[in-house]
Amino acid sequence: MTNSIKEIEHNDVLLIIGSNTTEAHPNIGQKMKQAARRGAKLIVVDPRKIELVDYAYLWLPITPGTNVALINALMYVIITEGLTDKEFIETRTEGYDELWSVVKNYAPEMVQELTGVPAEKIYEAARTYATTDRAGIFYTLGITEHTSGTNNVMNLANLAMITGHVGKEYSGVNPLRGQNNVQGACDMGALPNVLPGYQSIADAEVRERFASAWNCEIDEKFGLRIPEMIDFAAGGYIKAMYIMGEDPALTDPNINHVRKALANLDFLVVQELFISETAKFADVILPGASFLEKDGTFTNTERRVQRVRQVLTPRGESKPDWQIICELATKMGYPMSYNSPAEIMDEIADLTPIYRGIRYNRLEGDGLQWPCPTIDHPGTKYLHAGQFPRGKGLLQGIEYQPPAELTDEEYPILLTTGRMLYHYGVTTRRSASLESFRPEEFAEVNPEQATALGVKTGDKVKVVSRRGELITKVRVTKRVKPGMMFMTYHYKESPVNILTNAAFDPITKTAEYKVTAVRLEPVNK
Amino acid sequence: MVNITIDGKQMTVEEGKTILEVAKANGIYIPTLCYHPKLRPIGSCRLCLVAIEGREKPVTACNTPVAEGMVVRTSTPEILEMRKGIINMILSMHPEDCLTCEKAGNCELQECAYNLGVKKGTLPLEAQELPVLKENPFIVRDYNKCIACGRCIRACKEVQCQRVLDLVGKGSEARAGATVGDQEITLEEAGCVFCGNCVQVCPVGALLEKDSLGKGRQWEAKKVRTVCTFCGVGCNLEVNVKDDHIVRVRGYENPLVNDGWLCVKGRFGNDFVESPERIKRPLIRVGEKGEGKFKEVSWEEALDYTAKRLQEVKDKYGKQSIAAFSSARCTNEENYLMQKFMRAVIGNNNIDHCART
Ligand code: SF4
Ligand code: SF4
Repeated sequence: MTNSIKEIEHNDVLLIIGSNTTEAHPNIGQKMKQAARRGAKLIVVDPRKIELVDYAYLWLPITPGTNVALINALMYVIITEGLTDKEFIETRTEGYDELWSVVKNYAPEMVQELTGVPAEKIYEAARTYATTDRAGIFYTLGITEHTSGTNNVMNLANLAMITGHVGKEYSGVNPLRGQNNVQGACDMGALPNVLPGYQSIADAEVRERFASAWNCEIDEKFGLRIPEMIDFAAGGYIKAMYIMGEDPALTDPNINHVRKALANLDFLVVQELFISETAKFADVILPGASFLEKDGTFTNTERRVQRVRQVLTPRGESKPDWQIICELATKMGYPMSYNSPAEIMDEIADLTPIYRGIRYNRLEGDGLQWPCPTIDHPGTKYLHAGQFPRGKGLLQGIEYQPPAELTDEEYPILLTTGRMLYHYGVTTRRSASLESFRPEEFAEVNPEQATALGVKTGDKVKVVSRRGELITKVRVTKRVKPGMMFMTYHYKESPVNILTNAAFDPITKTAEYKVTAVRLEPVNK
Repeated sequence: MVNITIDGKQMTVEEGKTILEVAKANGIYIPTLCYHPKLRPIGSCRLCLVAIEGREKPVTACNTPVAEGMVVRTSTPEILEMRKGIINMILSMHPEDCLTCEKAGNCELQECAYNLGVKKGTLPLEAQELPVLKENPFIVRDYNKCIACGRCIRACKEVQCQRVLDLVGKGSEARAGATVGDQEITLEEAGCVFCGNCVQVCPVGALLEKDSLGKGRQWEAKKVRTVCTFCGVGCNLEVNVKDDHIVRVRGYENPLVNDGWLCVKGRFGNDFVESPERIKRPLIRVGEKGEGKFKEVSWEEALDYTAKRLQEVKDKYGKQSIAAFSSARCTNEENYLMQKFMRAVIGNNNIDHCART
């Protein structure tokens, strides 16, 4: 997030797009509902009638995969009605003319059919957002999990910049990060193209600095992204994998392909709490300790580095992951040893400018938000005040492109996937209370489809996509529009990623989890 | 700023504060039950009555703002008698099972009775036997213990914005219930999302965490502050542990993040850690790939074998033939070491993590 969670309390407009916040980020969702209670206007852009719609000033029931067109139309209204922040555009950005040359073709009347959002709603949303000072944008995977994910995000930045809604308190472009430490994993350089603190592998000086600190050579070739790793494993080029705390055989798209790839490896080592779907393919499983059994830090969605403290002793013979990595490295001839995670953080701080001021003794209170460049820096509440990292913000016109997969006669229903409140990844399936409350999938289907199929809530259906099929129970509900359905990815018994498409955004390699064409078939009970 | 006097003590305080807030901040005790610092004060339990010079009737301190020149007395003999009467009345309708009550030691009714010296309820009131509801896996509601303070109702409405609960019934049957018409319905039917924030504000033992029953007395648990692992919000948890097991989880007050509130996963989902399905020792595969058959081995054996096999692959196929998934569930320090392992030990940049799950 460019802003902080606490700032939501003072927002007057919240443009919430592709984020089922009350289920995926419940306590931020709670703050949004509180904001609505005190009179803030929520503009909710979501294909489903999610809980936040009940609190919304406006609901834009968008057809999945058409975000770019909708955002262009919002900008069209803002520009043609003279609601832009001219001074901000002048002093802080470049590329305005190029942006307009694209946006001018997206009048609301032109996109209402494509996006499923009536033109009046687009006008009202654009005016409300543009004319309110404290207006923030919040988005999640509903924006990024498309082949056009990168474009969606850039277009939201365009929208925020032409209205001057960025680089200050209470307005900005705020991605809500899904997993508890996805922010930190990125910050730490667990990415194929950057070292800790987003320092580029391409930069020789950076490589040199890490090489001398770590006493090794840093390869200058960018590494593989996960989908490439999977493809290369299937193709026989990647021969061994080390997987820590992830379950691609359940959560990655087109899991039949993933499972083939894993089975094709010469050697697979998995570090996990449970025998996950992925671990079943492992040659060795190393038992990691849970978050309650170790010390460390997580970085939350607002860039706040917070202390994780050991509460319990590790169960069985399990060990904290950091210890296991150290022992394995040492056995492979590269001695790694730290007395505690605090010592690891000292090394991180030395090498990572945005974490330089972060030390365990400073984290005893309420944590620190990066950038925190010095030992007495108080941390940074909101980003891009005065300047963007690249200097001027670049406005880039973006054309709408249809999603990689479209519905047709054979696969007429659009399946979209996501989270639900009671589960998270795979761990919650092992929580006795959560599991007993929500033990199985209830795919959401519209009454229209249900009637056509002759099913009611609790009945089973077969869902078939171009890649696979599964059987699931359904819940008949108007939360989804006719022609759409929704499933979560939590259940290995009805693994939705058998169905999903492994088409990726060309830049981030994030998969198109949000748009899959399927058909429904009855099953004999 | 305004000048006021409480119990003879003169002070200059911020305008807009209530008498109760000022008294608390200055170490002056006024008992309360329906008051909670983060909820709208309603003055319904009337324990916080105080006398103000020049006013005929006492006022409730929790919702009376301070005013210039105000002279307050918090414990005149009449007020003390009134307070004792209120506690006496509540106790006369309250089950006398403090000995085994889960809330003992952290119960605000106990505290008020203790501070006011009310040993037991002496009024001849007949308490109706009310149901104890356990219909969901998270929250137990013992209506017999409900003192109708309305804190849970306000938490649900003002904090969680769900409006599941309402004040229903009269006299000893007054309680915070989920009803339609006069009919009890389940919390789920009433739209509950099981955040448990109502449990957290309940001053007595009427609302409790189901999974914590019998796991330890309130004062036995060690409380450790940590961070939730179920989503990117990063709510702060206060985990209560006894004998190396989780007793209950409550929200820790980090005013910048969750302000003490949690959702269903953070509050009730952490028992996954204690699941019997946890892998307890290193495993080496014996069955077919994907079959899930393994044998237990020592750490020494598992790590030696792993190191040997990784080295073999590296020697035979080159350093680019190995790839690693780091984890958005693990700590920063672990992610740092994982990428360092790939870059310094294996020698490539084939490191990534799922942006999902
Ligand atoms: S658990 Fe949450 S939603 Fe349910 S009644 Fe309590 S406060 Fe309301
Ligand atoms: S308590 Fe709920 S909202 Fe808070 S971090 Fe955990 S999962 Fe997220």
